[in-house]
Parts: sequence; structure tokens; C-alpha cells
Amino acid sequence: MSVIVTAILALLGLAAVFGALLGFASIRFKVDGNPIVDEIDSLLPQTQCGQCGHPGCRPYAESIADGGEINKCPPGGEATIQALAELLDVEATPLDSEHGEEIPKQVAIIREDECIGCTKCIQACPIDAILGSAKHMHTVIASECTGCDLCVEPCPVDCIDMVPVDQGLAAWHWHSPKDQNIIATDKVGLVTEGANLS
Amino acid sequence: MSTSFKPTPSSKLNSKIISTRTIYDFHGGIHPKEMKTLSNQTAIVKPPIPPKLVLPLQQHIGKPSLLIVELGQHVLKGEKLADADGMISAALHAPTSGIIESIIDHPIAHPSGESGPCIVLIPDGKDEWCELEPCEHYEHLSVSKIQAKVREAGVAGMGGAGFPTEVKLHPPHHDKVATLILNAAECEPYITADDRLMRERAEEVVQGMEIMAYALQPGECLIGIEDNKPEAIAALREAAKETHIEVCVLPTKYPSGGEKQIIKLLTDKEVPNGQIPADIGVMCQNVGTAAAVYRAVRFGEPLISRVTTLTGEGIQQPGNVEALIGTPIDWLLSQYGFQAKKAERLIMGGPMMGYTLKHVDTPIVKTTNCILAPTHKDLPPPPPAQACIRCGLCADVCPAVLLPQQLYWFSRAQEYDKAEHHNLFDCIECGACSYVCPSSIPLVQYYRHAKGEIKQQKQDQLKSDQARERFEARQFRLEREQAEKDAKRKARADAAAKAQAAKKAAEAAEPTDSAPGTQASTAPEDSAETKKAAIQAALERSKEKNPATDMSKPEAVMDLDALKTAWDKTQVKLDKMHDALDDAKANNPDQVEKLTRAVEKNQMRVNQAKQAWEKASASQTTKVETNAEAETPDIEALATAFEKAQSKLDKMQDALDNAQPEQVEKLTRAVDKNKIRVNQAKQAWKEASANQTAKTKTSIEATIIKEVAAETAEQPDIEALESAVEKAQSKLEKMQDALENAQPEQVEKLTRAVEKNKVRVQTAENALKAANSISATNQNGEQ
Repeated sequence: MSVIVTAILALLGLAAVFGALLGFASIRFKVDGNPIVDEIDSLLPQTQCGQCGHPGCRPYAESIADGGEINKCPPGGEATIQALAELLDVEATPLDSEHGEEIPKQVAIIREDECIGCTKCIQACPIDAILGSAKHMHTVIASECTGCDLCVEPCPVDCIDMVPVDQGLAAWHWHSPKDQNIIATDKVGLVTEGANLS
Repeated sequence: MSTSFKPTPSSKLNSKIISTRTIYDFHGGIHPKEMKTLSNQTAIVKPPIPPKLVLPLQQHIGKPSLLIVELGQHVLKGEKLADADGMISAALHAPTSGIIESIIDHPIAHPSGESGPCIVLIPDGKDEWCELEPCEHYEHLSVSKIQAKVREAGVAGMGGAGFPTEVKLHPPHHDKVATLILNAAECEPYITADDRLMRERAEEVVQGMEIMAYALQPGECLIGIEDNKPEAIAALREAAKETHIEVCVLPTKYPSGGEKQIIKLLTDKEVPNGQIPADIGVMCQNVGTAAAVYRAVRFGEPLISRVTTLTGEGIQQPGNVEALIGTPIDWLLSQYGFQAKKAERLIMGGPMMGYTLKHVDTPIVKTTNCILAPTHKDLPPPPPAQACIRCGLCADVCPAVLLPQQLYWFSRAQEYDKAEHHNLFDCIECGACSYVCPSSIPLVQYYRHAKGEIKQQKQDQLKSDQARERFEARQFRLEREQAEKDAKRKARADAAAKAQAAKKAAEAAEPTDSAPGTQASTAPEDSAETKKAAIQAALERSKEKNPATDMSKPEAVMDLDALKTAWDKTQVKLDKMHDALDDAKANNPDQVEKLTRAVEKNQMRVNQAKQAWEKASASQTTKVETNAEAETPDIEALATAFEKAQSKLDKMQDALDNAQPEQVEKLTRAVDKNKIRVNQAKQAWKEASANQTAKTKTSIEATIIKEVAAETAEQPDIEALESAVEKAQSKLEKMQDALENAQPEQVEKLTRAVEKNKVRVQTAENALKAANSISATNQNGEQ
């Protein structure tokens, strides 16, 4: 009998000790915020465009962390959805067209002779990529512009264009070989690419 | 793979005299058919000057050259056309004398087949050299002078990569160069340009290497050459007899000419992952580059031509040519019996690492070592890829000791992070794996694609991180500004409350009224309560003074003004509150209720002030009507009110012009309101002056005493009108001056203002004329 009592007491004692330890640890080593939000946020393209319906990329990351859809980011496109699906270990779903289509990278350009210097676009730019002051011409810092097109709507004279980014040869890279999936008995000749010499 | 080696101390190497050097081995490698005899049997020939030269601004790694010539400019052979832009860049020179015809986008030597900016030079046929700066003995030059000469000559690595040579003539900061290697392996099939160059110009190659050694002061100088070029080996040995350069013969194996492979072969060192040969004390140069360095230093000749192999069964007279940089390939091939029907395609570079040209008019550039025109039999197109059978042959031949099969799976499945972990970036894209693949999988293309994608992703990541940083900085700034604004508002409210308390205390102590005008004007501006008190006081005063018949004129005017300002102020505050309410509705719903209450209160206050003012002005008007003596001050008061309102409006417009963006809207509204007020004041003034004129007319018919009285009243009136006219005129002049000096965007506004003022001047003049004629009739009447 006393063995049972000793065992129970010992277990109770252990439980109390570990409970106290865990309680202490949970207060002492408390992590502020959800760390997964940071990870999700780092995968998003940071255009802060709000096309997902959230006021910026971080709020969207928070909504994803709370179990929201991962297919609401048109600037990130399929690549972002893939990365999110991998990170969260969920099924990758195609982009929700309700929030927009995936389009090539854009950059805002101000037609400078038409700018009246109203500063409205400067206030709209989420990343301070537009320079200028009242009554003076504004211009976009092209290297900083994320192409979110938030500056287009507030412009009273419609002098902002969104143009596709010309990345030139520096950004060119080899395309992927076509997957042919043939078997050894197939004898289909390949069309050679290159200049037509004849 | 990423094993790091300590560089062998150079002193030890210096003292060691090696007769037969140990040649190490590298992992893997293949032995494709060499096909070199096709083109190495004949001497290097010089083709005629082509009818057109196309010179791309980017023929090297780094920044494109900076154009320094103009369209239509005549240039001499060797004249600089474009300057090096920054550290890693190279200059570009005219390969022959001629005229710059155009600067256009033209297909350039690039696997994409895309176009890049090019200078088009039309040779004049004279081939006239510009002035050069030869140098007999390079030993007399300083190292920096040699570096500058090489830089000026636009020499870039001629083995294929095109890295600016001058950069590689600077010894690394931390360490001396232990080994200088001249890469003469030329391991790729078909290519014999370096072979022929060494056979015919071994002197130049060796002297070029000596110049490089002079700049770098290496512990040892080695030339690595494959054993399939016995003539070249003999020529080099002969040329290097008197020097400390050692010619090391390597067994023929592809890709022994790879930079990392030749370093391994000669020194047994491996370049660690992510580092360059200079980090382990080795510098590698190509033989063609050495010859170009020699010509640049010895004769001052820039790099304007290079030896290129034209080979393949599609060319009738294969061989090596010393082609001018910029020679269109189709023209060059046509000189040597190119049979377009026989050749399947054109390859720039060798069959292993070269790429198919998409445009036959692509020019020869500094890195073009070979143009290959293979027939279908020579180099059949790869059969369609089949499934990987995991035979492992690729791993056996990989000279970088990678796992090509794994890399293939990861690249194909777009698992780029895994591919990177398997050291994808150590792949030298030699093509050995694709060569041995029994399933003919285009492995290298997968790796190239994966590398490109990874680089792209890294760039995107960098950009998005930057965007996030900027976004967060902006958020922080906005929050800080809001906090500052709130703090200021709070401070103001506290100050107002204090002032109010002090005032109440003062009122309690001294209940008697002081001078009404001064009190109204000295009332603290910001406190609503104080204003209210002031209005109350003014109201009482006006009530008291209404029945009073004998009232001093200035006091009445000031009282009215005070009431008006009080009303204006409350109105402005009400407007502000409305704005705040709107903001709150949008952003801060819990404050809406409070603000609504405050707005209502203020509305009441405004109404009170308005009533007070109306009463006062009504009493004033009645007084004016009853009292002829009070007429003049009334008009004057109205005129000053009008003037004041006008100046206030002007000020506001100025403020609007200089306003901060977030205040623009508010100010615009304020300006509009003031405009209305100005118009009201103007009308009031006009009416009053019309009244007066009418009254003056009636007064003519009145008694003489009355006439005298009217005259005395009118005299100052005329003076006032005259001064008003003068004032208006001077203002108009000022405005016109301002208009002349105005900034273009303000012109419109100023023009409008000037027009308004003109009208004002006109009215003032008319009024003056009328008054003058009246006084004239008055005087006539008197006489």
C-alpha cells in the first residue's frame, strides 16, 4: 500500500516540478507574434498593392497564417503560390482571378511634362518610390518601384503610365528544355533551332 | 568539393627547379573526337577588310562600354570608339579607318540571339593607323603604366569569358600570386586558333606572359598545353628557352582547358566553392590574351582583331583567320567557301560549350574563338531525350565532381534550393554529362535554366526585401508624424485651458469692462472659450451702445470689426472641426460622437456671433442712415473691411501656393469661402457708397448749413477716394511686376489677379470722378 502512495506522491511531485518549469518557460521564453507570419511575409512580393484585399503584404501574411487562402496574390503569381504551398504544406491552388491576373513585371512612369506637382501620387506610394514636392515635377525611382499601380488612380491629370519592365539581356537566361516524354522506340526528329542558312 | 588549400609559399617554389613537373589529374573528363586537323593545317590568313563592321558595345563581362564617337565621325584605325565604364569594363576601338555610319541595335553574339547596341563602321579602305605609343622595353615602365596600357587597349579575356584583362593584372591585396598559368590547353574539339597562334607567334605569347609576370610578380609561370599540339609545344619551348617560364604538357582530356581543371592539373589545388582562383594564389590567362597584351604594351596597338577558327564540313577552306572585331560572320564565311546547304547550323564556339547562332550577320567579337559550320553528319542534332535510367555515367565524367543526375531531377522539378545545396553553381557547363548520357538528356540546358531561375529569384527576393524595408520605414514615419501632431494638439489644448482659467480669474477680480476694441483684439486666439467670452462681451457692449445716440465713430467701427473677426474665427474653427469630424468618421469611430457634439456647440457659437455681428451692423446702418456724420466712417469701414478681406484672400492664396499637400484641400475650401466674403464686403461697400452719393445729391437741395456740413463731410471723402485710387494703382503696378517675374505655373493666377485689380482701379477712379463732380457742383451751389 505504502508503495502505491509513494509512487503517487513521487509522480505528483514530478508533475508539480515539471509543471512549474513549463510555466516558467512559457513566460520567460514567450515568443511575440506568430513566427510563421514572418516566413510567409518573406515569400510575398512586397508590392503592398492590396490586390489581395488586405492593406499590405503583412496583413495578407497574417490572414494566411490564420488559415486564409494562399491564392490571392497576383503580383507573386504561381511561383508565390507554389512557395507558400510548400511552406505551409497545403495544396497549391490556381490564382484566384477575382483578385487579378498575373501580369509581367511593371514599373510606373510619370509623363513629366504633364505632371502638375499635386503630390497625390507621392502620398499613395506605399514604399516612397516617388520623388517630388508641391508645385514641382514628380518622378518615379524606377529601381524601387514595385509596379503596384496604386499611384495611377489618384493622379488628377492621368500622367502616370504602367509599362512592362524591359530587363534586357542582363536578365535573360536559358529557357527550360521541353519535356518530351518519349520512349526509345520513338524516332521523332527534333527541329533544330537557329538561323535559316539556306 | 569545397576543400580549401593553403597556397604553397612562393619562395619555396622559386628555389625548386623542376625539370619534369608532376602533372596531377582531375576527376572525370571525356575524350570526344578532336577534329582539329580540319583547320590546323594552314597558316593564319588575313581576310580583306569587310564592307561593314558591326561593333557591339558589350563584348566583355561587366558594364557596356561608353560611346565617345558621333554619327558621321571619321575615325582612324585604332582610335577609341567607346571608353571603359567603371572598373570591370573594356574600351572599344576602330578596327580600321572609316566613318561611323550608325549606332543601332543589332543581333549580337549571345545565346539568346537578341540585339544589343552596336556601332556600325563603314571602312574607307585606307586602313590608316592613328598615332600609337610603342615601347621597346616594358621593364622601363611601371606596373601601373602597364596596367593602364592594357586597359586603354581594351583587352578582355580571349578564351571565351571575356573578363577585362587589366583587372587580372592587379595582384590580390592579401596575398601574392603564387602561380601564373597560361591556359594553352584548347581542349574543345575543332578549335585550333590558339594552336596556330602559338605555332606562328610563340614569341608574342611568351613575351606577353612575361609582361603579365612583370605586373603580377608570381612565384612561378606555367604554360599548360595539351599533348595533341606537338608543333606548338616545340615552338613555345623554343621561345621560352631563356625565360623562367615552364611549358607543361598535359594529357589530352576534355575539359582540361577549364580554369579550375587546369589549376588542378598543374598545382593540385582546388578553387573552393564561391571563390575565384586569385583567392588561392593562382591567376589564369589565355594565350590569345597574352599575345594581345604583348601587342598592347610593345606597339600600343589596341585589341582590334583576333584569331578565329573557321571550321566544319560546311566550309570549303577551313582554317584560321585573323578577323577584325566586328566582321559580320556571314561575310567572313562567304570569303572561305561557306556552303549554306551543307551546313545544318552555325555554332559560335566549340561543339561542347558553344551556342547556335540565330542570326548569320552576328559580328565577330573579342571572345569569338571559333565559328563552326558542321554538316548534319558531323554534328547531328541531338536525338529526342528519353527517360533517365540512372546509369550514373554523368557522375563519372563530371570534372567538378558533382552529381549531375541529382541536379537534373532537382532542376526539372524546379526544386532549386535542393539543386543549390548540391552545388549547382560549381557546374562549369562543360557538357561532358550530356555527351555521355545514353538517354540524350540535355542536362546542361537544365542546369543553365536552373541557374538563371535561381539568380532571378535571388534578385526578386532582394528587391522585395528592399520594398519591405521601405514600406516599414514609411509606416514608421507616418506613425511618428501622427504622434507628433497629437502631442502638439494636446499641448495647445492645455495652454488654452490654462489661459481660460487665468482669464476667468481676472474677470472675477475685475468685472468692469475695459476698452471694447482692445479687449476684442487682444483676446487669445486659440481658445474657443475665450472667444466665446469675447463675443459675449462684444454682444453686451453692442447692446449697451445700440440705444446710445452719441457714439464715437472709431469705436463703432472697431466694435463691428471685432465682432466680425470673432465670427470669422468661430467659423474657421467650425470648419476645422468639420474636417476633423470627417477624418474621425474615416479613421477613428470612437471619437465621432464627441466631435459631433463639439461641432454642434460651435455651430451655436457661430450663430451667436453672426447674430451679434448682424445686429451690430444693422444698428450701425440705421445709425448711418439717421446720422449724416456717420456716413463717411461707415463707407470707410466697409472699404477697409473689403480691403482686409481682399488681402486676407491674397494671403490665403499665397499660403495655398506654398501649402503642404495635406493642407491643400482645406486651404482651397478656405480660399473659396473668403472669396465669397470678399464679394459680400465689396457689395456692401458699393451699396454704401451708392447710398452716400444719392444722399449727397439730396443734400444739395437741402439748406446751406446742411450743404456746408455735407461739404465738410465730402472733402475727406474725395481724399479717401484719391488715396484709394493711388493705392489700387500701386498695387496693380506691383502685381504687374510680380507677373513679369512670375514662375510659369503662377502666371495664370497672377493674370487673373491683375485683371481684377484693374477693375478695382477703374471703380475707384470712377468713384473719385463722381465725388469730384459733386464737390464741384457743391462749390458752384455755394457761390
